This record gives sequence, C-alpha cells and structure tokens, in this order.
Amino acid sequence: MSETGVMERPNDLMGLTPEEYDRAVKILGRQPSLTELGIFSVMWSEHCSYKSSKKWLKTLPTQAKWVICGPGENAGVIDIGDGQAAIFKMESHNHPSFIEPYQGAATGVGGIMRDVFTMGARPIANMNALRFGDPSNPKTRQLVAGVVAGIGGYGNCVGVPTVGGETNFDASYNGNCLVNAMTVGLADANRIFYSAAAGPGNSVVYVGAKTGRDGIHGATMASAEFDEDSEEKRPTVQVGDPFTEKLLIEACLELMATDAIVAIQDMGAAGLTSSSVEMAGKGGLGIELDIDKVPMRESGMSAYEVMLSESQERMLMILKPGREDVAMKIFAKYELDCAVIGKVTTTGKLVVKKNGKVEADMPVEPMVTQSPEYDRPWMKTPARAKLSTDKVPVIEPGKALEALMSSPDLCSRRWIWEQYDHLVRGHTVQRPGGDAAVVRIPGTSKGLAITTDCTPRYVYADPEVGGMQAVAESWRNLTAVGAKPLAITDNMNFGNPERPEIMGQFVGSIAGMRAACIALDYPVVSGNVSLYNETQGQAILPAPAIGGVGLLPDVAKTVGIGFRRAGDAIILIGEGEGWLGASLYVRELCKSDPIAQTVWAPPPVELGWEKRNGGLVRAAIEGELVSACHDISDGGLLVALAEMALAGKLGFDIKTPDEVPAPHAFLFGEDQGRYVLAAADPQPILASAHAVGVTATVLGKVAPQGSLTLDGRVLISLEELRTAHEGWLPAYMSAQKGLPYADVRRRDRAHDP
Amino acid sequence: MKSAVIVFPGSNREQDIADAIERATGKQPLHIWHRDTELPSDVDLVVLPGGFSYGDYLRTGAIAARSPIMSEVKRRAERGTPIIGVCNGFQILCEAGLLPGVLLMNASLKFICRNVSLKVETSQSLFTQRYFTGQVLSVPVAHHEGNYFADPTTLDRLEDRGQVAFRYCDEQGNVTAAANCNGSARNIAGIFNATKNVLGMMPHPENATDPLLGSTDGSGLFAALAEVVA
Repeated sequence: MSETGVMERPNDLMGLTPEEYDRAVKILGRQPSLTELGIFSVMWSEHCSYKSSKKWLKTLPTQAKWVICGPGENAGVIDIGDGQAAIFKMESHNHPSFIEPYQGAATGVGGIMRDVFTMGARPIANMNALRFGDPSNPKTRQLVAGVVAGIGGYGNCVGVPTVGGETNFDASYNGNCLVNAMTVGLADANRIFYSAAAGPGNSVVYVGAKTGRDGIHGATMASAEFDEDSEEKRPTVQVGDPFTEKLLIEACLELMATDAIVAIQDMGAAGLTSSSVEMAGKGGLGIELDIDKVPMRESGMSAYEVMLSESQERMLMILKPGREDVAMKIFAKYELDCAVIGKVTTTGKLVVKKNGKVEADMPVEPMVTQSPEYDRPWMKTPARAKLSTDKVPVIEPGKALEALMSSPDLCSRRWIWEQYDHLVRGHTVQRPGGDAAVVRIPGTSKGLAITTDCTPRYVYADPEVGGMQAVAESWRNLTAVGAKPLAITDNMNFGNPERPEIMGQFVGSIAGMRAACIALDYPVVSGNVSLYNETQGQAILPAPAIGGVGLLPDVAKTVGIGFRRAGDAIILIGEGEGWLGASLYVRELCKSDPIAQTVWAPPPVELGWEKRNGGLVRAAIEGELVSACHDISDGGLLVALAEMALAGKLGFDIKTPDEVPAPHAFLFGEDQGRYVLAAADPQPILASAHAVGVTATVLGKVAPQGSLTLDGRVLISLEELRTAHEGWLPAYMSAQKGLPYADVRRRDRAHDP
Repeated sequence: MKSAVIVFPGSNREQDIADAIERATGKQPLHIWHRDTELPSDVDLVVLPGGFSYGDYLRTGAIAARSPIMSEVKRRAERGTPIIGVCNGFQILCEAGLLPGVLLMNASLKFICRNVSLKVETSQSLFTQRYFTGQVLSVPVAHHEGNYFADPTTLDRLEDRGQVAFRYCDEQGNVTAAANCNGSARNIAGIFNATKNVLGMMPHPENATDPLLGSTDGSGLFAALAEVVA
C-alpha cells in the first residue's frame, strides 16, 4: 500500500469524484489499495449509496400499524394477519437489460427474488414494469423479445409465477429501456431474517454458486450515463442460472427452518463487498474475510476481482457457533457450495486477506455513515397549461376506440404474458390482463393483490401530479379487485441527477408520492433508485414505478374486469370534467394537430375523492354486489368499457348521460379516481353512493350480443375490436427487422376478414 | 392409497400436483428425493412432476432420467404400478425410455402458458376412465419444449393401440392445426405406454382442479386415480 501524500490521486478513480476520493483517504488515513479503492467505488456508487436521492427518499412515509419492516433491509415486510407476513420489493435492471436484454432481465428477476427469500420468505409471485423505446426504433423489437424471454426464462425455471405487470412504449426510452422486477414472498411473521451481523467469533459463511470474473463493477456501470460505446459494457453484465437459484431458495428455506442462522444477506450489486459491509455496518461489528476460501469458478482471481464480482446466485450468512455442519449438510444435498470464508470481529473493520496478505483493512462505520450525500441543485418543472376541450379534434368514437385499442400502449399484452408461467404453484386466482393480479395464500382463504403502475407522460408533464397519480392508480387497481391496499415498493427511474431539471422531476415526484401515500394510508416499505437513464444527453420520461400490495380477507370475493352476465347494469363511479390533456387520445390520435406540439397539464388527482370512491367500490365488492369492476385509466371510459367487454366476451349498450362535457372528452378523458362497475342490481350501490356523496351514474347494460353500442349506434363489433386489440403486438414482434410499426399495423388490417 | 411425488433438483410443480392428489384422496403424497434408490413398498402411484429438472440443461429431462430413483421407477413401471409424468415428468419418461418419442422445442420457439382445449382420445385407461371418449377439457399448458415428435411408424403404432391419451383441439373438439399450440405430431398432448399404466402429458391437469382458479376439468383424472389405486 502506498503511503504517499494525501493529495496525490491515481489516474483512475473508478467513478469516484476527486472529492469522494479525498474523503476515502481521510477515512483510511492513507491512500487506498486497489482493492480498497474498488470497495469505496462500488459502495459509494449512486446505485449502492443513493447519494443523490437519499435526502428526498427520507421524506416518504414508511409507517403504518401493519408495517413490520420498512426501507433499509433487503425488502419491506408487512403483517397480513394470522401470524403471516408479505415481503416484497421492486428493483431495476435497466442498464444491463439495454446492453444484454436476455441476461440483464433474467438476472434482474433473480436478484429481486434473492432480496425476498433472504428475509425468510418463499417467493410466491413476480411482477414487472417495462418501458421500451418507440416501436419504429430498430432496437426496440430486439429489446422487447430479449427482455420478455429473459424474465420468462428465469422466473419460469425457478417456479415462481409471473402474474402481471405493465409495458409502455415511448421514444424517450430508445437509448435506455426500463426493466423493473418485483417479487412478493410469504413468511411467518415471527421467522423473518435480517442482515445485521452479531456474535463476534461467529462464522461468515458463503453459499450458492461459485465466484467468477463476471459483473465486475456492474454497480459502477449502472451509475453512469450511456454513450455511443455502451455496447462495450457487455462484460459488466452478469449471466444468470435460474436452476442454481431454485436450489438456493430450497436450501436457504430448509436452513432457515432450523435455528442455525444469525443473519443473512444476498450478494447483489457489488457482490461480496456490499453484503459484508452491510452486515458488519448494521451490526456495528467487523468482518474478516479470507479470499482463498471463497469458492471460485476460475483460478488466479485477485482479491479485487473477488470482492467486486457480481456473479449471481450467491448468499452470505452468519451462523451460530457450531452450526456450520447443519448448513453444510443441507447445501451438500442440493450440491451447492458452502464455505466458511471468515468471521465476525469486534474491530469494526472490514479486513480482506489473500495468501495471508492484507488486501483491505477499512473501518466499516465511517464508510457507511460518511458516504457522500448530495443536495443536488434542482429546478421545479414549469407548470403546464390546461388543454381546453374545444381545441381537441372530434373523431368518430368507434374509429377512435379501435385505433386506441390497437395502439402500442393499449393493445393486448398477451404476447408477453403467455411467455411467463403465471400459473405455477397453483394459486393464481386472477391472471395477467386485469387491474391487479391476485394470488391465494396457500392453506388460507386470503389472497394478495399485486399491481405495478406508473404513467410516465403524466410525470414528465407534472412530476408532482404524476407521482401522486402513480401511487393513486396502484391503490385504485388493488381496490378494483376488492383488496385493501396495504403498502408499496417504489422504483424510481430517472435521468442524470446532476442536471437540475432532472433532479426537479425527482423532487416533484417524491412530493406527489408522499402526499398520496399519506392521504391513502399506503406507506412505502422498500424501493430502489435508478438514475442516469440517459444516452447522449437524452433523458427518459421519468418513471417512479409503484408496486402495490393489498390483502383480500376472502379471496373468493374478488372480481375481475370481464363482464359476467348480460343485463347487468353498468355504473360509472366518480366524476370528471373530461380531461384530455396528456391523454392517449391526444397522443395517439391527434399527432398532426397543433395541440400535439405542446405538453399539457395531466389530469389532477383529488386524493379525498380517490379515497371516498375507492372505499365505496371496495365495500360493494366485499358485499358481493358487483359482478365486474375496472378502474378508468389510460384511454378513459370507453377504453375501460371495451376492455371489460373483451375480457367477458359480452357487449354493452350505453347512453351518454345528459349533463356531460363534450362527448369525446366524456368518452376518452382520463380524469382520475373513477371506476366502472357491473351489477345485477344497481340500487344498493347507488344508495350507498348517495349516502357518502359519491357520484354514481348508470350508463346502460351489459349486452348479450357481441357489439358495443353507444346512444343506439353500434360502435364496433366485439370480434373486430378483438382482432385489432390482439393483433398489434404479435404482428409487430413477428415483423421483419426494421419494418416501421405503422406498416405492420396496416398489413395486419389488410388480413382482417 | 399411497402415492409418491418424485422431486428432482429443479422440479417446481411438485406441490401443485401433490395438492391435486390431496383434493382427490384427502392425503398428501410422499415427496421422494431423486437420490433415493427405492420407493416404500406400499406406494401404488408414482408421480413425476413438472418443472425444470437440472435447469433443462443438456436436453429437457435427459439428466433427471438418469437419477438414482429412476431405476426404481422403471421397475415399478414393469410391475404395473400407475405412473404419471406431467410436463417435465413427460419429458423425463421419454428420456428414460418408458414412453416413446421426444419433446422438442415449441414450434413458436417461445414458452407458452395458456389454457388449451384437450380432446380425451380414449376413456379406456385407468387415468381417463372418468372422462368420456371425445370429451373436451380446458387445461393449462406451461412449457417451452412440448412439441411431441416420433417417427411415423411409432405414431401409427401409438394410434393403432389406443395409446394416444389426449390431443390439442379447439373448443368444439376439432383437432386442427390452429389448435396445435406447440406443433406436436398429430396434435398429440399425452400418450400411454403399451400396457397403459404409464401416462405422460404436457398439459397440467393439476392446475385445473380448483373452481377458484378457473377450471376443474383436470379433477376427473385425479378422481380416477384415487379410485383405481385405493
């Protein structure tokens, strides 16, 4: 180790700023060794340290009486009654997925599952939130194909159902796709495992796959913008092995059923470095590691490489004294490596030795507590004007509906979710395609509802309203299947935080999310931040993706979006003024109109109404008064109704109420806080709506014939609509490389009977 | 009745099928680890569950077919013990030589998870006796390699001897190319061995045994087994 002057810096600071480097020197009292510099670099990367976002994340509400463990552990934990806990988190794998879509997405799924089973939970459901570039961008098709195959390839093999998700397309994602994966697990509330090291002298045990040279500095890569050479970063992407993960889950859960484990932590970003630093840091203790004992895939790896490798499917645990044999026996059964690689110490230091030589000797506490935290300059996103309805072209509603339902953002996602095993484990009560997925909790009558949501175009237009809307829509989607929303995980995807306008988007989104979480009693229990989603100065539409979890005390009472019975009344819950600003109607159908050149204010979220309307809907479902329910979101009322018709294979016959705004605004406005219900008898619902001051309007009836009728005119037949809705994505994905998507759509139409 | 579900490294639908058996019989089957070499003597139904044994590495089912327990499974098959392999279990039975043919990658080259319609080809077996010949069942598939392949002579022999158990069909029971979800030869979704005590099938009847989950069309198969092996 060099003992030269403090101000002398190496040429390559591995992503640290000069100031951060100097801070590391001050902590050590000397220049860092190569291994130590690598450790500082990953621990203080944006990805691991949250240095730009921490200040703002702290303002989010994280408490409720059902929260067992909020942010800070591997995943959030909530109480779901009967001594059971749901453990969940969402995490991004954006940068690796863009570089290598299959492996990037696959290892994203693997990583988030480890975060959940690390805490003692069996993963019971996976979800995702995906955003891709413009369909006409030549790379988009390849990314969609690779990411979907990667998510399926990993989750299907491990045997955790992928029960839902969301997918958007927008040109701002051309250079940075977003792949956010979420896992929900189930544990006994009194058998939750944490990561704080304890018991000096206890063994530090490495289990799982062997360590190789893959993914070295992956966390650093994910903390920088892309440039034109981003393809060259492929070696920083790890390769997943879902088979090993499956064995690791079974082995860990088997070991967790004994009393051998003191603490456990998965090796995710920054591998052995972050897992050992976090365990030691949380326990206020030291850890000494002997690199020679780490199971390695290849020979000649240096301490630096071993500490920074992001090889997948590995865990670190602290065992009680004398219980090593219990672990060895279980891991031998599954033919996984299990090795004592160090011990817990009282020194408060991370000491890494190789061949008896000290490669790193660094105090843990200052590395964690003195990690950089920035109050980055930020600029409030300018307020947008409200789009007045009379400026928006009127399009014949049947034609508008068909075009919207076959647009990239509203067409059927069947092509995607049929590649995911959404049924394994045998508890999937609501499959993909509805408002929220519902899985039964084995051995009980309870169910968990899960959804992922965000509307990036709203967030871009107004970060505060967009952040609020993402939380509210998630709450609404859980409500629409009859669940009580309990808590969220957030996955904050933004551009370069060093730019004040991007930081302003982040700050605004957090403010909106905070307001919604407080109003809806819907705290944040875990999350992840992905910044620098930018290529050559072009930032993504900001996407604070929300993963929501809710509880159904009686899962048999859940309702889906599909109409069930002809003759049922169709009821609109909630009111709106017909808000077309930032709507899909304007974006998809008014492209050549002057209004398309302006970013308009998105629909406001009235949290009081949200809570009141949702409460009414949930009570109606709970009271078994409702046969189908759907929230109104992208595309507005007519799209919601069409989705209910398609899912139920039944038509509808509705009338425009007398006092509505302009008809196109009524049909396609994206006003928030609204639902469509179907009910055999509307009277009890109307009566309770009246009692609590909720606007409820009977629009018409579910129709036996397969047509969608508005004011006595058939808009379109169900089969024509189905062809348009189901056709776009398969046609796009099977088209020749480079073929613009508009051509695909036309070609597909030409094949219609 | 005592049934045993063989668990290979990478099996992932062992609990699904164990639960379906429990729904039909009131009893959870034994879970037998693939390294065991013998089954308890009173086991009268052997189940090879779905999943990704050995991660589907090398070839689906190829490594699991050589697991220690498989010698015992073969002995039981010869002795006439009913054996059912679903999805990966079917692939393992083919690789182990207990059933003819092989499962190739789906014609679409993609994983497929969806409900399909299945035509019961014969009610003349201990597995299908609760159905009527020609009955159409709605049962999910979830696989990447379900494209059944065998040479024409083998296929003819299977047809002649009534060894085809199920075929992919449309909702009306028509066996069409459009209804063939994975490109299987002659739409074959499941087959018996010559003595009809071994059934391999790609679809998952165990995921169609609970009204809450959308279909109970798979229950007949488990009810039949409960009856036969009682």
